[in-house]
Amino acid sequence: MVDMASEKFDILKHELVPRHEVLKPEEAVEVLRSLGVRPEQLPYLRASDPVARAIGAKPGDVVRITRRSPTAGRVIVYRFVIAG
Amino acid sequence: MPGEKEVRSIKFGMLSPDMIRKMSVTAIVTPDVYDENGMPVKGGVMDPKLGVIEPDQKCETCGNKLAACPGHFGSLELARPVIHIGFVRHIHEILRSTCRKCGRLKLREEEIDKYLELLNRLKDRWPQLAESLSEYVKRRAMKVFECPHCGEKQYRIRYEKPTTFIEEGPLGKLPPTFIRDWLSRIPDRHLRVMGYDPEIAHPSWAVITVLPIPPITVRPSILLETGIRAEDDLTHKLVDIIRTNERLKEAINVGSPEIIIEDLWDLLQYHVTTYIDNEVPGVPPAKRRSGSPLRTLAQRLKGKEGRFRNNLSGKRVDFSARTVVSPDPYLSINEVGVPVDVAMNLTVPLRVTSWNIDEMRKYVLNGPFRYPGANYIIEPNGRRLDLRYNKDLKAVAEGLKPGFIVERHLLDGDIVLFNRQPSLHRMSIMGHVVKVLPGRTFRLHLAVCPPYNADFDGDEMNLHVPQTPEAQAEALTLLLVQEHILSPRYGGPIIGGIQDYISGGYLLSSKVALLTKDRVSDLLASINYEGEIPEPAILAPKRAWLGKQLISLLLPEDFNFAKEAKISSGALKCVNEECFWDSYIVVKKGKFLMGVIDKNAIGAQQPESMLHYIVREYGPSFGRSFMDKAFRLFLRFIEMRGFTMTIDDILIPPHAYEEIKEVFRRALDEISRTITLYKEGKLEITPGRTLEESLELKILEILSKARDEAGDLAVKYLDPFNNVFIMAKTGARGSALNVTQMAAMLGQQSVRGERIHRGYTFRTLPFFGKGDIGPEARGFVLNSFVKGITPVEMFFHAAGGREGLVDTAVRTSQSGYMQRRLINSMLDVIVEYDGSVRSTYGDLIQFRYGEDGVDPKNASFGKAVSVDRVVRKHVGWRIE
Repeated sequence: MVDMASEKFDILKHELVPRHEVLKPEEAVEVLRSLGVRPEQLPYLRASDPVARAIGAKPGDVVRITRRSPTAGRVIVYRFVIAG
Repeated sequence: MPGEKEVRSIKFGMLSPDMIRKMSVTAIVTPDVYDENGMPVKGGVMDPKLGVIEPDQKCETCGNKLAACPGHFGSLELARPVIHIGFVRHIHEILRSTCRKCGRLKLREEEIDKYLELLNRLKDRWPQLAESLSEYVKRRAMKVFECPHCGEKQYRIRYEKPTTFIEEGPLGKLPPTFIRDWLSRIPDRHLRVMGYDPEIAHPSWAVITVLPIPPITVRPSILLETGIRAEDDLTHKLVDIIRTNERLKEAINVGSPEIIIEDLWDLLQYHVTTYIDNEVPGVPPAKRRSGSPLRTLAQRLKGKEGRFRNNLSGKRVDFSARTVVSPDPYLSINEVGVPVDVAMNLTVPLRVTSWNIDEMRKYVLNGPFRYPGANYIIEPNGRRLDLRYNKDLKAVAEGLKPGFIVERHLLDGDIVLFNRQPSLHRMSIMGHVVKVLPGRTFRLHLAVCPPYNADFDGDEMNLHVPQTPEAQAEALTLLLVQEHILSPRYGGPIIGGIQDYISGGYLLSSKVALLTKDRVSDLLASINYEGEIPEPAILAPKRAWLGKQLISLLLPEDFNFAKEAKISSGALKCVNEECFWDSYIVVKKGKFLMGVIDKNAIGAQQPESMLHYIVREYGPSFGRSFMDKAFRLFLRFIEMRGFTMTIDDILIPPHAYEEIKEVFRRALDEISRTITLYKEGKLEITPGRTLEESLELKILEILSKARDEAGDLAVKYLDPFNNVFIMAKTGARGSALNVTQMAAMLGQQSVRGERIHRGYTFRTLPFFGKGDIGPEARGFVLNSFVKGITPVEMFFHAAGGREGLVDTAVRTSQSGYMQRRLINSMLDVIVEYDGSVRSTYGDLIQFRYGEDGVDPKNASFGKAVSVDRVVRKHVGWRIE
């Protein structure tokens, strides 16, 4: 049995968890500008989401997720971190 | 228009008693509706002040005539208040979270301040969060049993369906008067924290003290042929309410005992409840004299036949027609055959100009009863002239001037929309070019049956005529059938050859189709071919042309294609160009060199076919004309050759039946051996199955092998090139299994994937011994359709067949509901010009459509570009 609560288990290393990274404010602004959206128009990521907690994302952050896609190979998507 | 305003937002709330009184033009005081003269009684539910019902009558309230008077509300003062059934949930919630004495929210003042501040911050940007915060606050307050403000002990409040609230304390049943006072006591601030805006929806208004009486236009009475007036359900219900209200008032005034007042009060509550919603659980629905339940306020709005789904989301239209469809292979796939009678009823508005005035005059002169004519003329001042009632068409035609609009009959070449329900995908409505034909049915080309899922066993279809140039242009460029040959569902042609087109294509393209010059001329004439006839492929002993040569004439000059044909299987299998059996299609530089045309080349719903690449690489317009010509050619050829199915095609000699029986006997032996093994406990268990399941599986396997063997046996005795086989092999119709079932045996019948075992105790039918698990006792059918099946076999076959029927019935209803939900959730999600998928608010749904931004309609092998195909297309061949 894997003890999920313990610090030993790093979910970021799990193969089903794609790469998440918190963007710097300047980067986030640039991303939002290029997409032409306000932050709350992005899909949400809860701050309580295990991955969000693991990378230390706080409400108001923009997170970049890089993952593999069956149709396009590699895809980059963004999430807006909300409280909860 | 003066006073025109823009709607920016809508706010929903409750009507306050004051508001109702202010809106009211008259108080309703009497249950009487009409007096002895049949005139509406003043102060009754049909009071003339509530609005006009007859034309030319002036409204007593607003002075307008019928068309302009909007109707006016009245009001009824209830002797005792009652609960509004629509808000019982909210009332219960508030009663539980507020103090029974002081009415304040059962949380400390500081907490309320804190939540209120948080709520105000959340409200604008996160309305959903604000809502759940209110829920949380209420939930917390409900758990408090001593008021933090006044210290009063609190009790649990039970809600008893439909409209009773009971305190599990000293008060017991709470009367609506008490509830209203309680709700009125709650401070506004506290209401706000709970998510109520006291300005527009104060909870105390959920207890009805004044009932608004809707205008008569909302509940018109209908005059039956017998001259008797039939009142609307709402009117009936209102009369009930007023009558009960009067009795209650009377009882209170004369000081009747409390029980009688209570009873009348409950009755009033019942009437008001059913007046609002006649389908409340726990309340017997109010019935008409005929016994059918009344359609009251909630019923008018709710459900499929309600105001929303029937009248607001769905509308009825003019300029449409509906009739039975029938096939016409001589049309283009872009066309639709329209009966003359329909064409004379549907019209297209045309503006008269100095260039078309002569033509327009001709239509007007022909009038509405002679085709091609016109039905209406609209003068520049907006006056409509109905030509049906105009005796002097000549004068009207003379008077025609530029600027007039003529609504002329539908003509050949007009664009219309054609539709068949259920409209499940976008190809269910396509634009067709009109071809006016004699007869009474819509005619359509057989190749467009798959997108509409139409057949001709009585199907009806709808036709709509776009009225504006914009709509016509849009239909012509976006909706035309040829623009929908490729389906986004699977990136292949959904429009293509079916049935006889495939058989015909096969016969024409096969090696044996040697054609004389007469035949060639006949065939080419059928497609209006203009040009040289190619050199014959065979010069001696007689000059003869191959069908392949004719097909080459239709292909683009630089077209390269290679693929296995559908018939490529078994002994005649071909995997590349070097193959003798002619079942590998090779097209080089527009010449059809090898192989045959079958489902893999021109079939509908076949991606990566020859047809697919023709449409993809040469455009929809070329694709359409290719199909029009090729299909007509195939049909002409199959007509010349003749194509039918005879009993001989599936009849095998008697001794073959003996062989089949032998196959069955061997299977029986094997099964009994397996059963013996099972009984001895030596049967090998399939992983993940029980012993019994393993046995069943084993038996099923043996029997299915037996059927296949029997099928192969039958095939051995049949002519492999008879018409039934041609259809099965080319994919035109039917399958090898169908042939087996007709010629050899039906095989195992199944229900829910298992052998049939239910019925009597331990047996399926009384003709078998108890516990018999042999093939015959469990639904194995040894006979074929040609030979005929026994009554017992017939029973099993019907049992298996019924499952299929049930499945389709269940599936359609389930998928219909799923479709409705999917549509409602996605209907205004769009792909923006930057390739992202967004909602109407601009919220991002997908950063790039499908993550790769590829339109599945124009994709091949799931990619925007298929290297394989590009090489094949330009080089003509490719190393495998």
